[in-house]
Amino acid sequence: MPAVEETLDTVRDATQGAYKWGFETEIEMEFAPKGLNESIVRFISAKKNEPQWLLDWRLRAFEAWKGMEEPRWPAVTYPPIDYQDAYYYAAPKEKVGPKSLDEVDPELLKTYAKLGIPLKEQAILAGVEGAGDSPADGRLPVAVDAVFDSVSVATTYKGRLEKDGIIFCAISEAVHKYPELVRKYLGTVVPHTDNFFAALNSAVFTDGSFVYIPKGVRCPMELSTYFRINAKSTGQFERTLIVADEGSTVSYLEGCTAPQRDENQLHAAVVELVAMDDASIKYSTVQNWYPGDENGVGGIYNFVTKRAACRGKRSKVSWTQVETGSAITWKYPSCILQGEESVGEFYSVAITNNHQQADTGTKMIHLGKNTRSTIVSKGISAGQGQNTYRGLVRISPKATNARNFTQCDSLLIGDLCGAHTVPYIENRCMTAKTEHEATTSRIAEDQLFYCRQRGLSQEDAVGLIVNGFCREVLKELPMEFAVEAQKLLQISLEGSVG
Amino acid sequence: MLRIENLTAEIDGKEILKGINLEVPDGEVHAIMGPNGAGKSTLSYALSGREGYEITGGSVSLNGVDLLEMEPEERAAAGLFLAFQYPVELPGVGNANFLRTALNAIRRTRGEPEVDAMQFLKLARARMKDLSMPEDMLKRGVNVGFSGGEKKRNEVLQMALLQPKIAVLDETDSGLDIDALKIVADGVNAMRGPTFSALVITHYQRLLNHIVPDRVHVLADGRIVTSGGPELAHRLEAEGYAGILDEAA
Repeated sequence: MPAVEETLDTVRDATQGAYKWGFETEIEMEFAPKGLNESIVRFISAKKNEPQWLLDWRLRAFEAWKGMEEPRWPAVTYPPIDYQDAYYYAAPKEKVGPKSLDEVDPELLKTYAKLGIPLKEQAILAGVEGAGDSPADGRLPVAVDAVFDSVSVATTYKGRLEKDGIIFCAISEAVHKYPELVRKYLGTVVPHTDNFFAALNSAVFTDGSFVYIPKGVRCPMELSTYFRINAKSTGQFERTLIVADEGSTVSYLEGCTAPQRDENQLHAAVVELVAMDDASIKYSTVQNWYPGDENGVGGIYNFVTKRAACRGKRSKVSWTQVETGSAITWKYPSCILQGEESVGEFYSVAITNNHQQADTGTKMIHLGKNTRSTIVSKGISAGQGQNTYRGLVRISPKATNARNFTQCDSLLIGDLCGAHTVPYIENRCMTAKTEHEATTSRIAEDQLFYCRQRGLSQEDAVGLIVNGFCREVLKELPMEFAVEAQKLLQISLEGSVG
Repeated sequence: MLRIENLTAEIDGKEILKGINLEVPDGEVHAIMGPNGAGKSTLSYALSGREGYEITGGSVSLNGVDLLEMEPEERAAAGLFLAFQYPVELPGVGNANFLRTALNAIRRTRGEPEVDAMQFLKLARARMKDLSMPEDMLKRGVNVGFSGGEKKRNEVLQMALLQPKIAVLDETDSGLDIDALKIVADGVNAMRGPTFSALVITHYQRLLNHIVPDRVHVLADGRIVTSGGPELAHRLEAEGYAGILDEAA
């Protein structure tokens, strides 16, 4: 509760309506030549010193991609993307995988400090060396993997996590250290031929996080990856793989920002989650890529494939996303509910302001008996933003007694924006039950006046009402993220009223 | 001292207030009574600066400060509080959060230190006890699912927390049963003191049995047509508006 109050304070201090994360880090970078062809794929693989099987997999993905077309069905419009006019590999010039934070370029550490990501706190440093267990100031520890353009620059708390047998590292590192695990699961949830952007990612992915939670282990802290696009004309293609073995539990957070530029940059990530019997994965995202300016110039094209396989009985995956950034968002975090009694959840807040476009939602594929899914989507459109919820609930004949509940709410601010809801329900099972509720509303004048009569400024009032509208989703976020998310909601909507 | 001079206001081009003159000195409670359509609610919205209520002439000042130049939230910070006839629901916004955000917004503007969550809870709990409000009303969404009586008590709670210089109570008695009416009246009476004044807008005399006004004004057709002591309210109750309006005319 007090979070909103603090949020309002923080926001008041922030510059009006500006994207605070738009700065650029000056650091020496190493690029692959511009463009995309087989030799670039080989170059990336060679840079990472990858085994043959992975190179072959990349090449198969690239072959498949060449024959594929960009999806045209999303309700978003943008000029054609020239895939040859971008860099597919950009890395801070330094040896890959520094052993300790001391070896990390100070400019990079400064960047993350500026973003509020503590990589170099003394306590955490101690953690890297396997000494301390929590930060000195008594906050809950969060282990962080920081990905800068194409590579992971630092992972904290590794030592502490290793004690429990938890693996949390850059995926490029995992390929070498835990090849059998990576090979067993990579591409099993999102195949390399899944869709245009997933195929592209499979061919040229450069880094990302790998998480493995062993049987029966409850991960003792939040795991977090912070993605930062810095270099110009560069795409970011990260790949994340999280495997929760039987009876394990993990909560994972993902944050992202990028510098303010006039050009559009491509971000095409793939996230795969695997949950075995009785395992539970909570995956939270606060997506804050640069959204473009108020005239719609610049911004990130965010084309992301996220999917979870609930393979085990009673397994559970919960997606929570707060999407405030990007010029275009195309993203459908989904659950394949294969194991009996497995549970899928999707909680989403998507904001589009100015000229932002979002086409986002989820797919819940019920295969196992007694599987359950919950979808709560809150779309907020302001300025000339366009916001589409697109969802699929599919219940196979064998998914007896499957249940789904879907709630889609849209909030409109101003009269130039749009909200669209495209739910698909395919039920092939007589005993299954699906529910769908949807509302569309505006911030009412009487609500604003009521708040202002109590002393709140117009912008604070909008922030309060919007946060209230999103409450069911925000309460699913881990505490520290919830505060950040509330801040973002408010900043994203600045200037949208009055 | 709230001073209203020759205030005229219109809605959608239709003149509703046709020259209101009124002074409410510090420490006094004044009642405004009048038939439907007299402009009672319009007066409360014009004073608080609601959009759509266009001031076409006159002036309003609180302790010498011009209110009409201010945004609604600035008027609130200056010490004007409006208890709504129909308090608005804010789904998903916790009542405690809303109250504390409002309190701190006003304290900030006044240059007073903000209250933290613990201090606030202590403050709020004490006031809620006075108003016989169950504590779970702090956790619920603002006015969401509140009964009519609960909504009005919530308004009085806000008033007690925000400590305004002048409170405008717009038909706070409507929809209240006699017990709730008494609780609400007690809440207002508890605020009475040399630095607090109130403008109680009501249709009926019964509220004024519990909140005894220093002055009673009769508003009809956008003007204050007659004023008097508390006995005027009794006369209105007994004789109806018609006789008094004829007399005034």
